[in-house]
Amino acid sequence: MTEPLSPTNLLWEETLPGGAHWSFVMKRGTALRLTDVEGGANLSSLFYYQEEKLERYNMPDTLKAQHTAHLTTGFVLYSDMGRVLASVIGDSVGWHDTISGMSNAALVEKKYGKADYQQARNAMHRNARDSMLIELGKWGLGKRDIVPNVNLFSKVSADETGALHYAAQHSKAGDYVELRFEMNVLVVLSATQHPLDPNLEYVPKPLLLQAWRCGTPDEQDLCRNFRPENVRGFYNTELLFR
Amino acid sequence: MTIVESNLNPQHASYDCVLPAGESWLHEVKCGQVFRILDLEGNQAVDTLFYNARDPEERYSAVDTIREQGNLYLTAGTKLLSSEGNVLMTIVADTCGRHDTLGGACAAESNSVRYAIDKKYMHSCRDSFLHALGHCDCGMDKRDLTANVNFFMNVPVTPQGELTFADGISAPGKYVEMRAEMDVFVLISNCPQLNNPCNAYNPTPVQLLIWDAVAQ
Repeated sequence: MTEPLSPTNLLWEETLPGGAHWSFVMKRGTALRLTDVEGGANLSSLFYYQEEKLERYNMPDTLKAQHTAHLTTGFVLYSDMGRVLASVIGDSVGWHDTISGMSNAALVEKKYGKADYQQARNAMHRNARDSMLIELGKWGLGKRDIVPNVNLFSKVSADETGALHYAAQHSKAGDYVELRFEMNVLVVLSATQHPLDPNLEYVPKPLLLQAWRCGTPDEQDLCRNFRPENVRGFYNTELLFR
Repeated sequence: MTIVESNLNPQHASYDCVLPAGESWLHEVKCGQVFRILDLEGNQAVDTLFYNARDPEERYSAVDTIREQGNLYLTAGTKLLSSEGNVLMTIVADTCGRHDTLGGACAAESNSVRYAIDKKYMHSCRDSFLHALGHCDCGMDKRDLTANVNFFMNVPVTPQGELTFADGISAPGKYVEMRAEMDVFVLISNCPQLNNPCNAYNPTPVQLLIWDAVAQ
């Protein structure tokens, strides 16, 4: 049975400032609620199995197994090894982007102009790819480990011709998404604007992170039973912990 | 969908081979050379990855390619972007009209999730990729596998964000042709998938041709 977040089971909470990057390990049986404090946030995210970081979030396997191109409640994040890294157990946003990648230095300078540390100190313009490389470097990882990421709080849809459409003001103040971790997972985050955000002002938004011990999912779990594929994905995952 | 035909003559190609279904292929295509993949029998899915041959840490990026062209599907005119934002290949001709880069490569492990636990013993694209990398002596390994292109494969996404696997839109004799914009390693798994319609439940061979820059 998965326990919802409550004042008694809160493990820690922290605010990730807009523009910041962070990495940390979430243990199996814990969950993370990510809240868009001001509205309009984007959180570029990557996920690795802590014990064997070659096993990592796999966008195509996640999409194929669940016949989806976006994430919301019920969907899970698959690794390349047929296992479930994390499950989306709650979501007030409704759509998280998996297909448009992250910002990089060239894109940020072109869109927002140059604002390096010499000019702007810690208000300098950061981009998701460099942020990821910094955090990945702390774990012995690098460019070869950057794979297609999840952009939490952002919506990018495609029409019948495949043309992309970015949804502006998709996430509102107070909107949240909850990830339950089914393995010990290295989570790498960059709170930078979505690469398709048309706003030409550099205004990355803060996120509130709240972790709690939620326990592991039972047989009736929503994400486990969301699709028959997920039943098998959870079976593959739980073999590791027998 | 835009159909663009090539005027290159296969008889003038400097490289020509038939790759059977279920086989892998790793080959360098030099800057300026033109590379064609020909779907010999139709409905075959050709899982393909690209690397900067001088620095394989720079490699094909599906999400950057999708985002920068503002479209999910690949066709003539598409620039295949690297993780560093450089152009690896430009698709210069395409008689199929549309190619997938979201569906990735089948794997033993993902087959066990998608179809049945015991399907993991079937041959898969990621096993083919690993076979090629295991023999290449180029320093590449599983860490270098990322979201690939599936030439000739049809994976429509609905406006509601659903991803579907549709019957192929390719046919015997259809081809896609691309010009290398730098020296590029091309890694192919000619897909052995038997469980879904991406290659009509019957994997078939493809033909791979390269023309030198001077011969065009």
